Amino acid sequence: MACISPDGKPTESGAKMLRALKPGPGSPEEIAKDAGLPLFRVRSGLRELAQAGLANQKDDKYEITDKGAELIE
Amino acid sequence: MEEVKEQFISLPRLGEPAPAFEAVTTHGTLKLEDFKGSWLILFSHPADFTPVCTTEFIAFAEIYPELQKRGVELLGLSVDSVSSHIAWTRNVEEKTGTKIPFPIIADLSKEVSLAYGMIHPGQSKTETVRCVFIIDDKQVIRTILYYPLTTGRNMDEILRIIDALQTTDANAVATPANWRPGEMVVVPPPNTQEMAEERLKQGYECVDWYLCKKKL
Repeated sequence: MACISPDGKPTESGAKMLRALKPGPGSPEEIAKDAGLPLFRVRSGLRELAQAGLANQKDDKYEITDKGAELIE
Repeated sequence: MEEVKEQFISLPRLGEPAPAFEAVTTHGTLKLEDFKGSWLILFSHPADFTPVCTTEFIAFAEIYPELQKRGVELLGLSVDSVSSHIAWTRNVEEKTGTKIPFPIIADLSKEVSLAYGMIHPGQSKTETVRCVFIIDDKQVIRTILYYPLTTGRNMDEILRIIDALQTTDANAVATPANWRPGEMVVVPPPNTQEMAEERLKQGYECVDWYLCKKKL
């Protein structure tokens, strides 16, 4: 996984996406802009974060979970 | 009746949707749809740690900033593992100072290679030949290039094709042989007698009614 390390913690790019989600839900396009990452990386990264329970998808937007927020504190 | 052993796979064609895929890459698991909205150059190379491929990867990395200016992403592919890709790209950076900034598909199952017709048994039964698929922002295949194992690709031509396709899309024109950005473009030929007669009065630079050029 590109966004989650084997120890379950977010990688640098994963943490960037989670930090971009912290102020509120965002679309992949918004997260890509805020995190300074290519859109394709963000789309795939958000899928991984959601699978790991660190983010939730709601319609076209993603929001950070409590577990995700804990990991970037 | 003799068993039919050959499997016929429909190869991608220009103007058709690019075959969907989900693949393990050096940047995680990527789907074709992750690139929607960007142009994409999907290219295959025969194998990691080989000389011509190494020169090509350095050359692709060198044009990557120019491609990004044009909204184009790069995605490499070979029938090698992610570990092999990582070891090779780290070695390239260590030995040449060039960081490979784009993902590379580890197509050990050959699923993507076969869907895109990248394996040509006459060249190699196990390695992909040097293919380039230019896929537009709507995920339609716009250009296909095939190079043999022994011939490295020409990055100028790949950039030129991107410029030509994007100019065509933006201005509804065609581009002549050896066209470069800034040069005159070809006005689409007229479809009727009336339009052919009018064409010569429209102020274009014309050889005749069917070949007229204009500046953008």
